[in-house]
Formats: sequence, structure tokens, C-alpha cells
Amino acid sequence: MSTSTLQHGSAAEHGHDHEHGHHHDLPWYRKYVFSTDHKVISKQFMLSSLFFLFVGGAFALFIRWQLAYPGQAIPIIGDILPASWATNGVISPEFYAQLLTMHGSIMIFFVIIPFAVGMFGNFCIPLMIGTDDMALPKLNMWSFWLVPPAGLIMMAGFFTETGYAAAGWTSYPPLSAQTGLAKFTISGQTLWTISVFLVGFSSIMGAVNYVATVLNKRAKGMKLFDMPLTVWALFITAIIITLGTPVLAAGLAMLFMDNFLHTSFFLPDNLVTNSKYFGGGQPILFQHVFWFYSHPAVYIMILPLMGIVSDVMATFSRKPIYGYKAMVFAIAGIAFLGFIVWGHHMFQSGMNPLLGTTFMLSTIVIAVPSSIKVFNWLGTLWRGNIQFSSAMLNALAFVSMFIIGGLSGVFMASAPVDIYIHDTYFIVAHIHYVLFGGSLFGIFAGIYYWYPKMFGKMLNETWGRRHFFWTFVTFNLTFFPMHILGIGGHMRRIYDPNVYDFLKGLGGINETVTIGAIALGFSQLILVGNILWSMKWGKKAPRNPWKANTLEWAAPEHPGHGNFDMDITVYRGPYEFGVEGRQDDYWPQWEKGASVTVHHHTIAVADDTKTFGAH
Amino acid sequence: MSSALNLSHEPVTKIASGKLTMWAFLASELMFFSGFFGAFIVLRNSNYEVFKAGSEQLSWVLALVNTFILIGSSLTMALAIYHLERQNTKLFRAFMGLSILGGFGFLIVKYFEYSAKYHHHLFPGQEEHTIFFSFYFLMTGFHAMHVIGGMIPMAYMLFRSYGKGGYPYPVKVETLGLYWHFVDLMWIFIFPALYLIFP
Repeated sequence: MSTSTLQHGSAAEHGHDHEHGHHHDLPWYRKYVFSTDHKVISKQFMLSSLFFLFVGGAFALFIRWQLAYPGQAIPIIGDILPASWATNGVISPEFYAQLLTMHGSIMIFFVIIPFAVGMFGNFCIPLMIGTDDMALPKLNMWSFWLVPPAGLIMMAGFFTETGYAAAGWTSYPPLSAQTGLAKFTISGQTLWTISVFLVGFSSIMGAVNYVATVLNKRAKGMKLFDMPLTVWALFITAIIITLGTPVLAAGLAMLFMDNFLHTSFFLPDNLVTNSKYFGGGQPILFQHVFWFYSHPAVYIMILPLMGIVSDVMATFSRKPIYGYKAMVFAIAGIAFLGFIVWGHHMFQSGMNPLLGTTFMLSTIVIAVPSSIKVFNWLGTLWRGNIQFSSAMLNALAFVSMFIIGGLSGVFMASAPVDIYIHDTYFIVAHIHYVLFGGSLFGIFAGIYYWYPKMFGKMLNETWGRRHFFWTFVTFNLTFFPMHILGIGGHMRRIYDPNVYDFLKGLGGINETVTIGAIALGFSQLILVGNILWSMKWGKKAPRNPWKANTLEWAAPEHPGHGNFDMDITVYRGPYEFGVEGRQDDYWPQWEKGASVTVHHHTIAVADDTKTFGAH
Repeated sequence: MSSALNLSHEPVTKIASGKLTMWAFLASELMFFSGFFGAFIVLRNSNYEVFKAGSEQLSWVLALVNTFILIGSSLTMALAIYHLERQNTKLFRAFMGLSILGGFGFLIVKYFEYSAKYHHHLFPGQEEHTIFFSFYFLMTGFHAMHVIGGMIPMAYMLFRSYGKGGYPYPVKVETLGLYWHFVDLMWIFIFPALYLIFP
């Protein structure tokens, strides 16, 4: 079906600038709304994720206000909040539980995963493997169009009797399965379940498409090991989604039935509740099913960004990525190990301690491929000709924040330490260091890096750096003190820290964190402003602004439907920087030319000297 | 953009993209049902007596009939593909029609089974059997939804085959056939798990 987009030969007569003119005959809603063009779908993912980023961020600020100033009215907007949220401007305990749930769910299912997999997967895969579109463009379109309804369904919890879902983003039963409502009652919790089910289905539809695209549609001459690490990472992520997400879907189906039809998969015997039900189920079973997906899901959220950061780093260090194959195998290793470590979320759930030991070992082993990646990034930077562009700054932040988040991960991975810090703010600090400090900085790096190709304009570099600076400083101000809060015993989902004497001394830290969080939230407006401003008034982007090697930079300045205006044949790997015997310090994959490899160094040669061979 | 670009080449793996996607999707489906089976194994072991009593309430005869209907439907689906590939539109229509009929037959038997359960108060929320019938309705229900999900595109293909030149995409029918066989295969696992294994 994709061939047809290229077969409109008549477009050639319109000349170079209008060569994508053939899709002008599509009505506007097929071009901008129900488009099958992967770049439009990618922008749609970007838009919806940015929207939800601010929704989820606003929820986080409510939480932070309550923790720093418990019992005090929210300034400015406190009076206009609905009665079910706040009384006299003070957040109610019920709404606080809903805030925690919605913040987590929205940030994970509607921001990070759609950003990392939806936006970059769609934009990067076809362009970087040098093809015109996804393998199945229509399926791709539907994979996006499940997201807005899913988001609306989750937000519609507001209109139900019990408000939004309030059992945490993990939705552990029996709390989530036993709402005390009659059969066939729609509650925030059932809507949450349906929404996550839908967004999971969207992920799977996208992922199976990515798998087929990478396997089937690579440009002429491109072997698997000629693919940039971004594509490798997205490919392996797609496999994780394909195998992991359906298991969550199974768990959600059972949870939904427990709620809606009063089955009892997760409700044990002799549970004391205010409504009638008949047990026999096991609450921990849900945790097993849930984490079987949701642990691999943290790798869904970080692996694509690891790939992106690798590409950004190689380009702006003007050096080949250090240990390309090791990087690929490390991604695959993390993906595999990710499936056998889920029990480390359950050390304190009443799981057999012996099983806990097994999970502890497999979890700690993940530090090995992760460290391989970090050392290879450092090796890439080593003696590089580093350019501190905004994309590079964000990539560097990714690596350094990932190290902090990764190291605090090793704390929790060991079961004896976890006994002390589980369900405290230490965990909150850890997850934000990997999800915000890791994933979101990676996403920013990707946006700064590919914006020229997405919109045909350059992002404003000065404001890009300001955005980075403010985000980096306020991020650390917000999340680093949370480690201290956690060690101090501050519980993770607590409504009012002042009710415990031993937490009263931590009030100052809580205030610092909240001030940091508010500044962090407002810093993101710089990014949105920059994106919108540059779209209209930005400098026109050249074809290859970063002098990078990968195939997306062979496409026109602002590629239309069908992507490329020339034949694409791949002659070499994606990271040939600083090749001896060439004038430029980069050597794009699509440029013809022969080379020999001597001790891992590539040397360009004239075609007829090829017979020297490699020694 | 001239038509001379070399981007739209043959699939690198020589497998049509739709088919490859379907294989990946089936891997996904397998994990979906694995979630149910995993939970089934765990809860069956902790509720042995309830599962025994529940299992004895089910009619394995009806399920056996359904098994044969579904296997037959899989066979006719394969024959439909065979004949479409040889441009034998009439036989394609006949076998595709039979496959859809098989799907309907399966659902009708299922309807009788479900309504019998309802009349005997054998559904979740009752004093006894709740946990077993939770699984019964979960697994057979999702399986039935998959049957319906397969019948819709099958009906569409049959409908299209009455247009000029018949149905033009044998690969799509083959891809749908993969799905249909998978649905059949899942039933082959659900059938013994719920109906046949008496503890």
C-alpha cells in the first residue's frame, strides 16, 4: 500500500519545491487529523503527550502543595476548585489519593510512553531506515487514535460518584477491586482500567508495526547492524511491548471483572468489607501479573531514550559511538533481564523470601548491561570534539541523572535494604531520577535534535539552553532532597506528614522540594514557547544541520509524504565520524565510497584500492 | 518525486508486512491468554474443591461439539485461501461462507451454554463456585470476543468477493487465516483446562 504514495509520477513536473504536491488532493482532515503519514502521527503523539505532561504536572503540584503546606489553602486557584477536590481551598484526603493515582497513570501511560515510543518511534524508524512510511500506515494511524479517547475515559472519572481512580497507579487489589459499589456501576476505577487497556492496545498496535517495519522496510544495503542505535532501541522496545503489554491487559481484564461483575480473582477469603462478595482469589496474583508488564515497562520508557542519547552523543562528540555492538547487546540484555526481575517490586508484599532472593540477584545483574551503556557513553565523549548544543546538554543530563537513578536502584534491588526504604520518598526520588532525569531529559534531547527535520525550522538555541539550565537545576532541587526525606522515613503516599512527630523536622525539606517543583513546572513553559515560536519564526533548517550520518538527514528540509527525494542506498554504518582520508569529519550512510578498516579505524580509500582488504 | 525511487522494495524478509505484523500480534495474543492461564493455574491450586465442583457443572459434550465446529471452520478457512490463490472465486466464497457459518455455530452453542449457566445461577457473585465461574466467563468470554473479531473481517472479505474481479488480496485472507487458526488453537487449550480436567 505504501508504494502508491510514491507512484504519482506527475508530481515531478511541479519542480523540486513542490515535489510532495501529490498529496494536496487529500482532504484536510486526512492530512492533519486522520493522516497515515508517520511524521504527522508523530507530531500528534507529541501534541497529546505535551498536553498530558501539563495535566500530570498540575496534579503533581497539587500533591506538592499539600505536602509542604498541609492544611493550608492553595493560593490563587484554591477558591475555584470543585467541592469534591477541596474544601475552602484545602485539598481533601480523597482527592489527594486520586491525585497520586492520576499523576502516576497520566505521566506513565499518556506522557512518557507516547513520547518515547509513539512520537520517536513514528518519527525515527521510517526516516532512519530510509523508507517512505511504516509497514502498515493505517494501523499506525489507529494506534494514535486510540490514545485521545483513552485519555478522555481516564479523565472522565471526575464525573463518577467516587471521582477519579484512587488506588494508586499500580491499582493494587483489594483496594482497587472492592469499591463497595453495586454490580455494573461505572466508577473512576473501572474507567481507569478501560483506559489503560485501550492505551495498551494502542501500544501493541504500534509495536507490531514497528517490528514489521524494521524487519521489512530497511533501505537497500542496510543490514541490521547498520541501523542507528535509536532504531535498535525502538525495535527491542517494540518486542518488549509486544510480549509484555498483553499480560497487563489480562490482569486489567480480571481487575475490571472484579469491579464491574463482582468476580473474585483478586479478592481473598475473609476480607472484611462493607459489601457482599465471595472470595477465593489472591491479591498478590495481581501484583505478579501487573509487574510482569510494568517492570519491562520501565525499560519501554528508558530504552528508546538510551538509543536517542547514543545518537545525539555520537553526533555532537564528532566520534563513532564507542562499542556499537556492545550497545546493541546491552539493550537486548536489559530487555531480556527486564522480564525476569518483576518480583523486586514485591519484596514487602508477603512473597516468599526465597523467591525474593532470586529476584534480588537477577535485578542486580541488570546493573551490568546498564553500566556497559554508561561506560560506552563516557568512551564516546572521551577526547571527542564536544559541541554543547541544547540536544547534547540534555543528553549529558540524561547520562548523569541516569547514573544517580541507577545507583539508587541498586539500593532497592537488595532486599534487606529495601525493607528499610520501601514505600518511602526514597522510591519516589529513584523513579523520578530515572523517569524524569532519564526519560524526560532524553525526550528533550530528541526534540532538540530532530525538531529541524520535524518542522523544517531550527529551534532557538539560546532559549533551548535556558530551558535546559532551569530544568536541570530545578529538577535536582526537586528530586534530590526526596532521597533524604525517604531515609528520614517520609512515607510515599502520606496525606499529611505533620501527624507524625518524627516527620515534623522534615517540613523544611518538603518546602524546598515544593518550591523546586513549582519552578520546574514553569520552566517547561520555555520549551513549549520555544517549540511554538520556532515553528513560525525559527531559522529555516538546512538539510543536515548537525552534520550527522544517519539517513533521516538525507531527506529534504521538511520532508512530505513519502519522505525522500532521492534513491537511498546504505554504504556503511551510522557512526563514521572522523574517518581518515576524508575532508569532512563525518561520512553519511548514503554517500558512496569505499573504505578499509584497520584496527577498528575506518580509512577512506579510492574505489580501486579496495583490494588491500582489512588487516 | 519521480517513481524511480528505490525505497518501496520487496519486503527484506520476503514475508509480506501484514503477515509479519500478524505473527507479532499473535505472539502478543499468546501472552494475553498466558496471563489468564497463569492466573488459572495459581488459583486452581488454591481452590481445588471449588474448581472440581465447577468443572462438573459444565457440559463437555457441547464443548466437544464446539471444538469440532471450530476445527472444521479452520479447515474451511485454509481451503478458502487455497482456492483464492488459484483464483477460484466460487469455491472461495463457499469455503469462506462455511468458515463464517462455523463461527456463528460456535457462538450459538456458546449462547445455549451461557443461558443454561444463567438459569442454574452458575455465575460470579454466588455463594459457591464464584472463583471457578469467574474463570469460565473470563476465558470463554474473551475467546468468544476473538471469534467475533475474526468473523467481521471475514464477512467483509466475503462481501467484497461479490464485487468485480472477486476479492483481490489472497495475502490478506492468509493473514486473517493465521488469526483464525490461532483462535482455534486457543480453544484447544481452554477446552481441556475448563471442561476436561476433573481433579
